[in-house]
Amino acid sequence: MGQWFAENGLLIGLALLDGLAYAALVFMVAVGLNMVFGVLRIVNVAHGSLFAIGAYAAASIGLFLASLGLPPIAGFAALLLAAALVGGILGPLIERLVLRRIYGQEEVLQLLVTFALFMILEDVQKLIWGVQPIFQDAPMKALGTVDVPFGEDVIPFTAYQLFVLPGVALATLAGLAWFLRRTLTGRVIVAVTTDKEAAMAMGIDAAKVTLLTFTFGAALAALGGALASPTTSLVPGIGAQTIVLSFAVVATAGLGQIEGAAISALMIGLGRSIAVYLAPEFEVVVPYLIMVAVLLIRPQGLFGRLETRRV
Amino acid sequence: MSASDRDAPGVAAPRPSMRLPEAGLALAGAAALVLAAWAVPWLKFVLTIALAKGVAVLGILLLLRAGQVSFGHSMFLAVGAYTVAFLAPAVPEALLLLPLGALLGGLLGLVIGLFIVRYRDIFFSMLNLALSMVLYSLLEKLYDLTKGTDGIRVSALTFAGAVPDRETQEWVMFGLALALALGFGLLVRAYLASPMGRALAGIKTRETRLEFMGVSARRVLLFAYVFSAVMGGAAGTLVAMTTRHVTPQLAYWTSSGELVFIAILGGAGSALGPFLGATAFELVRVYAAAAVADAWQMILGGVLLLVILFAPGGLWGMLTSRLRGRA
Amino acid sequence: MSASDHRRAEAAGDPDRPREATRAPLLSARGLRLAFGGVKAADGIDLDVMPGEFLAIIGPNGAGKTTFINMTTGYLRPQAGSIDYDGQPILGLSPRAIVKRGIGRSFQLPQLFSEHTVLENAALAIAAHAGLWSPLTPLLRPRYREEAMALLDRFGLAPLAEARADALNEGARKLADIAMAAALQPRLLLMDEPTSGVAATEKMGIVETLVRVLRDTGVTAVFVEHDMEVVERFADRVAVWSQGRIAALGPPEQVLNDPAVLRDVIGIEPAHHA
Repeated sequence: MGQWFAENGLLIGLALLDGLAYAALVFMVAVGLNMVFGVLRIVNVAHGSLFAIGAYAAASIGLFLASLGLPPIAGFAALLLAAALVGGILGPLIERLVLRRIYGQEEVLQLLVTFALFMILEDVQKLIWGVQPIFQDAPMKALGTVDVPFGEDVIPFTAYQLFVLPGVALATLAGLAWFLRRTLTGRVIVAVTTDKEAAMAMGIDAAKVTLLTFTFGAALAALGGALASPTTSLVPGIGAQTIVLSFAVVATAGLGQIEGAAISALMIGLGRSIAVYLAPEFEVVVPYLIMVAVLLIRPQGLFGRLETRRV
Repeated sequence: MSASDRDAPGVAAPRPSMRLPEAGLALAGAAALVLAAWAVPWLKFVLTIALAKGVAVLGILLLLRAGQVSFGHSMFLAVGAYTVAFLAPAVPEALLLLPLGALLGGLLGLVIGLFIVRYRDIFFSMLNLALSMVLYSLLEKLYDLTKGTDGIRVSALTFAGAVPDRETQEWVMFGLALALALGFGLLVRAYLASPMGRALAGIKTRETRLEFMGVSARRVLLFAYVFSAVMGGAAGTLVAMTTRHVTPQLAYWTSSGELVFIAILGGAGSALGPFLGATAFELVRVYAAAAVADAWQMILGGVLLLVILFAPGGLWGMLTSRLRGRA
Repeated sequence: MSASDHRRAEAAGDPDRPREATRAPLLSARGLRLAFGGVKAADGIDLDVMPGEFLAIIGPNGAGKTTFINMTTGYLRPQAGSIDYDGQPILGLSPRAIVKRGIGRSFQLPQLFSEHTVLENAALAIAAHAGLWSPLTPLLRPRYREEAMALLDRFGLAPLAEARADALNEGARKLADIAMAAALQPRLLLMDEPTSGVAATEKMGIVETLVRVLRDTGVTAVFVEHDMEVVERFADRVAVWSQGRIAALGPPEQVLNDPAVLRDVIGIEPAHHA
């Protein structure tokens, strides 16, 4: 890798590619968080833990499949399976047993309930997977690298990060937009997001909608984690890191904004990866600075609607 | 808050009568802590930290009165702690460093507060969180200055010029923490009963009315925010002087979450709640860590869930309803 | 003799007071326009409010009555027009700045601090008027407590002083809401439906209390009202709002007997008695 680090222009090209892949992952997590907030009106602090558990589960399943002698490409099945398992088991469990009891309560109690879940899930994750780094990059290796032309040079970049991550993110975005606008269930979710009381007065089964939405949001977080697992080594603390980053994306976009989350994920992803190459000390700070700067100018977020108080 | 929620409408009698036990309970609690620290020497350290955190949680409690949750408040604690760590080699005097840490906490609180009091609810929480993460990242990344995640060892301190032996110093720190806890507790109580404190609670219920009374809700909230930052800074100096080692972890968002946890565990209804909560929190943490080293966080999380779902008034709420039931 | 008769007789018969027409208006609105989407909440409002008078605003729901109050108190900004108070333009000032100039308001949905007692609500308003900035002395110090009790007493709320604001019935909430506005000693008081939602049996009692207290303080009052009985009794002049315009303006006996007003405004009135 050393030789193309010498060239500054290539750095920027690499930063852009990196940022794109990173933004795709961040979007997957943030969009789930945003949907859950839209319907449940709860900011789920434990959302990052679902990301982490999804990542660990994907790695474990991938390693298991590999031990059966299946080809590396089977790792992709592991990613989907992990997301489905984590979302399908933990999602309903958390919503039914815990969140259901605190709808409409004071915000501080809601935040703290999910904070308690975060504390519990962090330890569950440590108990199952330990604290040693886990690395399982078979799906990424299986696809090899692509030479991306950049001016007169080429940047070798993994096909996984170049195509799979942004591809899945785009598919999620398009799929969600279609689902929310064109399907009955989607429209019901939108109705509950816009005006819960009115939706319930119309006979919508809010309990079903919240369960469905939370499960779906959890699965998206887990899928984000699963997709991220081949690109990095898994260590305790990634859940805590991920959740604050998704907060930044969601707050920057405006609460409840799905397309907005994609744009702010892109801003924050690119901003961060440019900082990685230009001023590495400030890499972690950039997302928060972007968020603070945006909220200074638009207190409701880039795409958020201002809620007016009634007198 | 939740204790008074249970008052029958229009029945005001329980309120003034609760004042008496509050003062008595504070003294009894202080005496119990001294006794515990004397009887079980290793508890002194735990209880000092609990009192220090209680002081920081008083700040959380102020903001909760306005209906706002700061999910980044430990940044002020970190400012106080790093003030001690940075300056101790040059100015080893604890009695100077303490007010200095509080002052710097308050200054940062003023700078951040000037902009953050424009926001409410989830945006208030998230902006606090984001800013605390900025501080955390800087503390972690500016290695030359802060030694990163390794943290800084606090060099030897003097107390009013004297260098006490280890045992004495532990008692001095415990006494300082207890004195600050009582002092700030009294201040907070007086403040909450004052026009500004009552207006602060008004932000939670009727912010528009405040504006139409000619009162700037932002200024009311700013005062509370700076006050809470000062307490956070003071608490941070106590933590640094007691643990003698500061790391960026102090400013991480999970540390802020802990402070909010303690506020709700103790109950937001009284200035005693934070200390009740902090003591319970630290004791559970110590015993849970000893019993199941890998799952103490899970136990704390479980306790938190149970408290919120089954005793939303916190320990203070349980205590007062018990007392009231007997009366 | 009704309260308004009394008021007009007093205004006309008092040789020391200049005639209404020759005095400068306390509040003067010109050409106010404001549209929400396609709905014209204000479509060229011109109105003068004379010092000392009680002006009632009537009209169907959605005619822009509350919008006028919101514009006058700085909560909404009109797209065009001007509002002068005491000869000074006040458009663009914040609600707080406008309150400080001497314009108070009460709300259709009473805006009380629900977790505070009635006494604390009143004391807080009195403290706000006095400056509020004392973080360590109690709100209920003797001075504020006495002033607050005196205020509550004038509004007939003294027996409820220790009750929590959210435990009051609607009539008491309305009175407490107006008492808090009155605690700021405004020269102009804008009241948004002071009797809506109040039980019919209580209504006149509340109106009597308001007339008595406000007359004592010499305040100028503008109030939105649906109950024509209250308007008759309370108002010196009546302004009829219709689709963001003032359709009629004059003394109650004239306006309330106008066939057009009877049909358009009072015709829908029975719905509000429910």
